[in-house]
Amino acid sequence: MSSVATDNLPKWVNFGLIPFLNLATAFIVSGLVIWSLGEDPFLAMSLLLEGAFGYGEAVSYTFYYATHFIFTGLAVSIAFRAGLFNIGGEGQAIMGGVGILLAVTIGADLPSFVLIPLAILGGAVFGGAWAAIPAYLQAKRGSHIVITTIMFNFIAASILSYLLVGPLKREGAQSPESADIPDAAKLDPLSDFFGGLGFPEGPANSSLLIALVCVFLYWLFINRTHYGFGIRIVGLNPSAARFAGISSTKVIMISMILAGAMAGLMGLNEVLGVQHRLITNFTAGFGFVGIAVAFMGRNHPVGIVLAALLFGAIYQGGAELAFEMPSVTRDLVIMIQGLVILLAGALEHIYRSPLEKIFEKFNKPSKGEG
Amino acid sequence: MEAFFFDIVLLLDSSIRLVGPLILAALAGLFAERSGVVDISLEGKMLGAAFAAAAAAAVTGSAWVGLGAGILTSIALALLHGFVSITHRGEQIVSGMAINIVVAGLAPVLANSWFHLNGQTPLLDESQRFTSITLPGVEVMSNVPVVGTLYVEVISGHNLLTYVAIALVPLSAWVLYKTRFGLRLRAVGENPSAVDTAGISVIWLRYQAMIVAGVLCGVAGTSLSTALGAGFIRDMSAGKGFLALAAMIFGRWMPVPTLLACLLFAFSDALQGRLQGVELPVVGVISVQFIMMLPYVVTVIALAGFVGHIRPPAASGKPFVRSR
Repeated sequence: MSSVATDNLPKWVNFGLIPFLNLATAFIVSGLVIWSLGEDPFLAMSLLLEGAFGYGEAVSYTFYYATHFIFTGLAVSIAFRAGLFNIGGEGQAIMGGVGILLAVTIGADLPSFVLIPLAILGGAVFGGAWAAIPAYLQAKRGSHIVITTIMFNFIAASILSYLLVGPLKREGAQSPESADIPDAAKLDPLSDFFGGLGFPEGPANSSLLIALVCVFLYWLFINRTHYGFGIRIVGLNPSAARFAGISSTKVIMISMILAGAMAGLMGLNEVLGVQHRLITNFTAGFGFVGIAVAFMGRNHPVGIVLAALLFGAIYQGGAELAFEMPSVTRDLVIMIQGLVILLAGALEHIYRSPLEKIFEKFNKPSKGEG
Repeated sequence: MEAFFFDIVLLLDSSIRLVGPLILAALAGLFAERSGVVDISLEGKMLGAAFAAAAAAAVTGSAWVGLGAGILTSIALALLHGFVSITHRGEQIVSGMAINIVVAGLAPVLANSWFHLNGQTPLLDESQRFTSITLPGVEVMSNVPVVGTLYVEVISGHNLLTYVAIALVPLSAWVLYKTRFGLRLRAVGENPSAVDTAGISVIWLRYQAMIVAGVLCGVAGTSLSTALGAGFIRDMSAGKGFLALAAMIFGRWMPVPTLLACLLFAFSDALQGRLQGVELPVVGVISVQFIMMLPYVVTVIALAGFVGHIRPPAASGKPFVRSR
C-alpha cells in the first residue's frame, strides 16, 4: 500500500485542498441522501454545525469525541505506515478498556500520580497484546490481517460481555457493567484546567492531553527513530526494505503492537474520564472512525488531530441533528465516514491527478527562469 | 445413541441452513479474486442486498421482487468497487472497507426513514419469504433408517436459495475450469498482460467478474433477510462476508474446497447455537459469550493453522497498467 507523500503538489494542496474536496464531496452525497429523504440538506447542515459548536456543552462533547478519534486514528495510521490495514481498532480499544479497569482496580489504593500512569500502561499493554496476535499470525503464518483483526473485534466484544456479566460484574447491577473506579483514577474535566480560558463544562477531560502527547510521540517515533524509519520503508516499498535487510516480521509486530496500544488508550477517555466504570459496547464503532480519521488526516500527526476534531464535530453535531430531524438517524454519520474513506483513501486520484496537471503547468515557467 | 444421532442430524441440518449465504459470498469473493480484484466488500454487498430485498419484499409482498432488488443493489455496489479498483486503480482493500461502512450507515438510515421501525424493516410473513421446500420422495424415504432420516431432516426442507447456493458450486467450478470465460478469468488474475496481449480486454473481464460477484452477494444478502430471517436488522451480516473471505482462502480459491470450508464454518456456527446452555461432560456449562465466539475463533485457527502454503492469484490486488 502506498501511504502518503507525493512531492509534485504543494503542501497546502496535499494536506488542505485535497482533504477539503474529499470532505465536500462526502457532504454533497450526504446532502443528496438527506434531500431524497424529504428533508432540507442546508437546514441539516446548519443543525449539525449548531449541534457541534452552538453552545458550551456541545463544544465539550466535540472535544470528547475528538479524543477518541485521535487514539483510534493513530491506531490505524501507525499500522498503515507499515502497509498494514488495521481494522481491529474496535477490539483493541475494548481490550484496552479491560486493561485500564484491571489496572485501576488492582492499584485502587495508590495515589493518582501512580494510578493513572498504571492505567495508561494497562490500556497500552492489553490493546497492544490484542493486536500482537493478528500481527504474529500475519507475519509468521500469512493470515490475512484484515480478516483476523475483524474476527478479533468480534471475539473481544464477546470477552467484554462475558467479563461484565461474570468476573467484573458490579454487585447487584441489572445491566452489564463493572463497579465504579476509585476516585484517584478519575481524570479531571478539561474545564478544570482551562475553565479560566473559557473552556466549557462537559465530558471532555484530560485524556485529550494524553492523546496529544501520543500524537507527538507518534511523530517522534515515525520520523526520528530507526524503527520508525524501517516502518516507513516497509510501507513505501516492501522489496526495497527486504533488500535493505529490514525484518518485515519485526516491522509488522512493532507497528501493530503500537497501533493496538494507541487504540487501547481510547478507554482512558471513556472509563477514567466519563463513565467511571466499564460498560458494554463502550467502543460504539469509534475504532472504525479511526480509519476515516487516518485517511482524512493523510497519516500526518497534525492532520490526524484536525481530522479527529472534524469527526468529533460530525459525531456530536450528528447526534443533535438526529434529535432535531427524526427521519435522519445517527447512522448517517457512519455513511459520511465511509464516504470519506472511499474518497480520501481509495479514490484520491480523482482529485489528485487533475490537480497535479494544473500545478505542473504553473511550475514549469518558474523552473525555466531558475 | 439414538439421541446423539438425532443431535448430529439437527446440527447438520442447521449447518446446511447456514451455509447458503456463506458459500454464495465466498464464491463471489472467489470470482473477484480469480480476476485479480480483492473484494472485502462482500459484507457490505450482502448487507445492502439484505436491506433492499427485505424492503422490496415488504412493500410489494413478493420475495421474488425482493430477490431482484437485492441483486440489483449488490451489483451497483460491486460496480462501485470496480470503478474504484479497476478504472481508478485505487486501494482495493480500502475501497472494500469503505463500501462496508457506507452500507452499514446508509441501510439503517433508509430503513428508518421509510418504515419508522428504528432502523429495521417490517417483519415479513411467510408469503413474502423464501420458505422451506419439501423435496419429493420424503414420504417414502422417511421409512428408511439412517439414510432416510438424513434425507428427510438434512437434505430436504431448506429454502430455495440454499439449494441454489449449493448448486452454484459445481456450476462455478464448471464455469471456471471448462468455459472460455473461466479460462480468461483465471488468466487475467494470474497474468493480465498476457491476456491483454491476446487482444482481450482486461478491464471488461474484471468488470464481468464484479457483476458475477454482485449477483452472488445479492442472492446471499437476500437469503439473510428473506429466507433465514424475516426482515432486515441493523448489521445483520455480522461478519459473514469476512468469514466467507476466510473460507475462500482456506479453500485456496477453488469452488469445492471453498464449499467444504464454508461447511466447517457453518457447522461451527450451528454448534454455537446448539451448545448454548448445554451441560457438557468435564467442563460443565460454558458461558454463552464464549460459545458465541466459536465461529470467529475457528476462522482464525483455520486461517493460521491449516492453510499451509497459500498462493493467491498472482495479480490479485494489483491494478492493471498496460505497459508500453
